[in-house]
Amino acid sequence: MIPLNWYMWLSGIVFCIGIFGFVTRRNIIIMLLSIEIMFNGVNISLVALSHYLEDLAGQVMVFFIIAVAAAEAAIGLALVILLFRNKETITVDDLNELKG
Amino acid sequence: MIPETAMFGIPQWLWAIGIIVVKIAIVLGAVMLHVAYATYFERKVIARMQNRLGPMDVGPYGLLQPIADGIKSFFKEDIIPTNSDKPLFYMAPILGLMAAFSSLAVLPFFNGFVIANINIGLLFLFAMSSLAVYGVILGGWSSNSKYSFLGGLRASAQVISYEVPLGLSLVGVMMMAGSLNITEIVNAQSRYPGGMYITAQWLGFFVFVISAIAETNRAPFDLPEAEQELIAGFFTEYSGMRFALFFMAEYTGMIVMSSLAVLCFLGGWTIPPFLLKMLPFLGAVPGVVWFMMKLYVCIFFYYWIRATLPRYRYDQLMAIGWKVLIPLSLVNIVITSIMKMWLHKGGTP
Amino acid sequence: MVNQIFFLYFSAVIVASSLLAITRRNVMHGVLFMLLLFFHIAGLYLFLNAEFISAVQIIVYAGAIMVLFLFVIMLLNLREDFSKKQFIGTWPIGLLVSCGVLMVILVSMVVITIGAKGVWGIEQIGRVTQTVAVGTVLYTKYLFPFEVASLVLLVAIIGAIVLAKKRLN
Repeated sequence: MIPLNWYMWLSGIVFCIGIFGFVTRRNIIIMLLSIEIMFNGVNISLVALSHYLEDLAGQVMVFFIIAVAAAEAAIGLALVILLFRNKETITVDDLNELKG
Repeated sequence: MIPETAMFGIPQWLWAIGIIVVKIAIVLGAVMLHVAYATYFERKVIARMQNRLGPMDVGPYGLLQPIADGIKSFFKEDIIPTNSDKPLFYMAPILGLMAAFSSLAVLPFFNGFVIANINIGLLFLFAMSSLAVYGVILGGWSSNSKYSFLGGLRASAQVISYEVPLGLSLVGVMMMAGSLNITEIVNAQSRYPGGMYITAQWLGFFVFVISAIAETNRAPFDLPEAEQELIAGFFTEYSGMRFALFFMAEYTGMIVMSSLAVLCFLGGWTIPPFLLKMLPFLGAVPGVVWFMMKLYVCIFFYYWIRATLPRYRYDQLMAIGWKVLIPLSLVNIVITSIMKMWLHKGGTP
Repeated sequence: MVNQIFFLYFSAVIVASSLLAITRRNVMHGVLFMLLLFFHIAGLYLFLNAEFISAVQIIVYAGAIMVLFLFVIMLLNLREDFSKKQFIGTWPIGLLVSCGVLMVILVSMVVITIGAKGVWGIEQIGRVTQTVAVGTVLYTKYLFPFEVASLVLLVAIIGAIVLAKKRLN
């Protein structure tokens, strides 16, 4: 039997890798991927808790998170396409039109 | 099947593993043979429909043609384009074939013969059939060629679009059977007229057939590999064995989709009850024969369509998927749930 | 023992592939490492007796979201871009921030106490199969959130179409 803490540590590490990717990369697609990694980190802990607490609420929550992640990816990628069509770039730092 | 205690001094867990390995070998061997002869069958059928003879030279009636083709592609030079993304180029055909082969794990070919009898069999099949597109996309991307690229782009949009009606068309079957386990779905069909779900789920079957053809990139939806516009689409740059791997993945995908149609709509390995009542001696025929016969009919249908219908335009393909098939499959779900409520008062039948 | 070896294998691949996914210069390779990540997370879910969630993970994440990413990458033809710096100049600060968050999470884990157990133990789930169990909970206790989730998806569909549609002159 694996202790619950192992899963929680794994989930924390994966979540922090997602944060690191999100704050250090400037390629908008990689930033979206980092968000997906963060979602997955949370999902691991929810499923593990659901198993150890013998309650399905965690898995239902994961189901909702996956649905929201799909919606987020669709909207995010639509924005990427829009951005590329107008600016020919997907680097966030190049979008500095408001800069005086 | 698995002996209770150790036999011949071999522990039980080793027996279990051994039996699974033997089953995998049987299934893979049978499927590879079918893939090889599906190409022969296709060439013969289409040739007859076009008033030709088809392959006649190698062996009697050209029966050894697939073997000759296999040997030829195995010994051909494996050309890698200079500017290709090499790791992805190597990986693409293997990924596609892997996805197609893993789907075979949950298909029961006759009663009790299935490699992994899992509770989420149908979901597993969806997962694997949605992964098959990776081989196509990566092949198209990594070749670094215009034709491959366009083929891959078309394939990715097509497969995402047709995944939805494919899944939704089977929801009616899941609701009627009350299970995702394919063996249980086949057994549940015996309670329905004809021993098949096609009688009750004809709308679902219609949607399923069209989206299965689109999902496996076959004519008339073979836009990703349209010969007349894209040379060979996503595998233009592939040669030799890697090309053969793509070919095998496509035909295995066809066999998987046909088996799914047989298992979920046509009663699997069972005999239609009215036929059994008329001719009782048919009960002695093993289930695998019925399964194979139904499978061959489905595969013949694929070829028949290919020889008959012209290719669709890409916008027409998308319009059919989103504007016709998805609404139809949703209608099917609503009708099925209303019928289920009405006939069974909400309980399982 | 076998359990722990499997867990360590899965977690090692999960951590390695997520690290590789965010550090690749080539977006295509990043997406493929994400694919590997999703497979191993699905394996971990199987390990936790969550077979339905693991299948949904593969179907939605690997089969739909990642294909959508690949489709956009191909549509914009984003080949490897050497002209741009891979990370921002101040990436050590980002590392520091994420390590800080990790520390907070790990420290807070010390004080976690396991609450009362629910009714869906392994025996109970095994009796009705996991899909039925999740479905039962989803369509009774969490029916309203489920409807809200479907509304979110509908809004996302309409939003994505409106955003990505070409302006007609």
